[in-house]
Amino acid sequence: MQNEADFYRTNDTQSSGNGSAPRRNLGHIAAVVAGVTIAGYGVRKKSPAIVALGLAGGGALFFRRELGKLAGNTISSLGTSTDDAVAREYHVEKSIVINQTPEALYKFWRDLENLPRFIENLESVNPLDERRSHWVVKGPGNTTVEWDAEIFNEKENELIAWRSLAGRAEVTNAGSIHFEKAPDGRGSKVSVTLNYNPPGGKPAVLLAKLFGDEPGQLIELNLRRLKRLVETGEIPTIEGQSSGRVADSEPKRKENKVASKTPVKALAAGASEEVA
Amino acid sequence: MKALCWYGKYDVRVEDVPEPTILNPRDAVIKVTSTAICGSDLHLYDGYIPTMKKGDILGHEFMGEVVDVGSAITNLKMGDRVVVPFTIACGNCFFCERGLWSACDNSNPDPRIAEKLYGYSGSGLFGYSHMMGGYAGGQAEYVRVPFADVGPIKIPDGVPDEKVLFLSDIFPTGYMAAENCNIQRGDTVAVWGCGPVGQFAIKSAYLLGAERVIAIDDNADRLRLAAEEGKAETINFAKEDVYDRLKAMTGGLGPDSCIDAVGLEAHGHTLDALYDRAKAALYLTTDRLHALRQAIYACRKGGTISIPGVYGGLLDKFPFGAAFGKGLTFRMGQTHVHKYLQPLLDLVIEGHIDPSFVITHRLSLADAAEGYKTFKNKPEECFKVILKPGVNGNGHALSH
Repeated sequence: MQNEADFYRTNDTQSSGNGSAPRRNLGHIAAVVAGVTIAGYGVRKKSPAIVALGLAGGGALFFRRELGKLAGNTISSLGTSTDDAVAREYHVEKSIVINQTPEALYKFWRDLENLPRFIENLESVNPLDERRSHWVVKGPGNTTVEWDAEIFNEKENELIAWRSLAGRAEVTNAGSIHFEKAPDGRGSKVSVTLNYNPPGGKPAVLLAKLFGDEPGQLIELNLRRLKRLVETGEIPTIEGQSSGRVADSEPKRKENKVASKTPVKALAAGASEEVA
Repeated sequence: MKALCWYGKYDVRVEDVPEPTILNPRDAVIKVTSTAICGSDLHLYDGYIPTMKKGDILGHEFMGEVVDVGSAITNLKMGDRVVVPFTIACGNCFFCERGLWSACDNSNPDPRIAEKLYGYSGSGLFGYSHMMGGYAGGQAEYVRVPFADVGPIKIPDGVPDEKVLFLSDIFPTGYMAAENCNIQRGDTVAVWGCGPVGQFAIKSAYLLGAERVIAIDDNADRLRLAAEEGKAETINFAKEDVYDRLKAMTGGLGPDSCIDAVGLEAHGHTLDALYDRAKAALYLTTDRLHALRQAIYACRKGGTISIPGVYGGLLDKFPFGAAFGKGLTFRMGQTHVHKYLQPLLDLVIEGHIDPSFVITHRLSLADAAEGYKTFKNKPEECFKVILKPGVNGNGHALSH
């Protein structure tokens, strides 16, 4: 049992190392969504600079192998299950406390089809079998980026770890999500670890940091969206509200993806008595 | 629909804008029957609050009838009369569960600006800049209310709008300011600023058991209201030295608690006030804190400074040594409105207080821009403006 000081010790870190051993063993490495975090850069932002950045990053996705060759790198093989090496160029850890039990959160996340409800630009996740799933992420313009991933380690109510599979993987990534009970009934601490090899490599990430839009921040954003969806049943928004701006009112929502599905509270209720 | 929109410093206009719709399952849409201009709206009008966007609909004090609800709303039905708190709270997060409604962790759609400035973001607010969530406000014919199962309080038939409208902000804000003073039997409470919040703080301090309340302002009409309505003793800071006078009135002890109901646009006639004004004019500082400085000096040892007045940025020449040297307690922050709605509505219904005493101007929503101008430029006659969306504007006040 951890003490509280330990529990709240910040472990939000971000590091990079070229080819050095992963900072955590495979059991703690996992997967989220490098594609989600990177491929969508260009679409959401109005700033031309960020759009350009997005296109650069998104374009790089499709020329990954070429860039890899140019850089004398073997990005395409890193982090896939066919190789001992894993996604290791960048390592991100983010965590958030959510007012819900680990059991309910685990159950919610393990139903992978819930993920697009709060991960921005994630179009769909379709389970292929118990372990494998197919991911589709919106890229720049009308493009999509797709890959297959597998859950290679999980512990009920505690941990889910997954990685992209070789072959169809457009983005090499591996990550994990960890659910821990917070002290004194204060919900759970949810920690995400992501290791990935960014399309476009280090320069793209540095450039992205400059504009405040890099995977660490996007993971934070998506964790916050998860927290909000799970705690309140919706993700607060002002998109589509009234204003006196003539041409440029808040962009209209195409559909309310949150509202159109089963309320989260009902889902979570199955796993927890603490649901409000 | 018609709505009062912000376009820049001293530039607000009533425009035709799209009607609000339900965007989330816990939303409601309210047809506004009464709304008010708040003193803190003047901070927006004066251009003091960053992250406003041209076209933002203002207004955070409003009430009306429910005309639409989202799929998750079961506590409200069409036609219900409700008052809506200006703070938006989810009711589910760590903070809401502890009654810290204005610290709601979830209601600000984009908390990143506030996090950069403050470390963490407070709750979303209606009509009060994008740092505070960018929610469209209620100086409009209709308004969208998020988390409508948590915020709005139903008003029984027969209780007129004017008696309950101020439950949305200024009455709870004045009340919480007094509550934050932790008033003990025999206490003297000094209140800087006799605007509407100050007036409610005065009345609330007595309701909470204060022995004496001393009101401080330089506006004779406001002081008169504080004396006649609030039963406060008064100090005109344009004519008397506040510290000397307070010391004399309390037998050298100083007030037990001091309430700063002025906030970031304090004005005064002493050197430090002129210095603040010069710096603010040059945009070297955002907040002028003359009243707060005076309160800190005047407060008795071990006393409490309660701050309902709004501050937004950095304070210059803040007398921290005095605060430390006397062991003062500071209580402040946006009002946890949700917590006060029912008890204060009960006080109104039971006749302990009639909040409508602050109203001086009743205008049509169509004349809202004129209302801001009058409120800004004629503080001697214009104390509190309420706007009626349902009434045709004719360029004249409905009544005074």
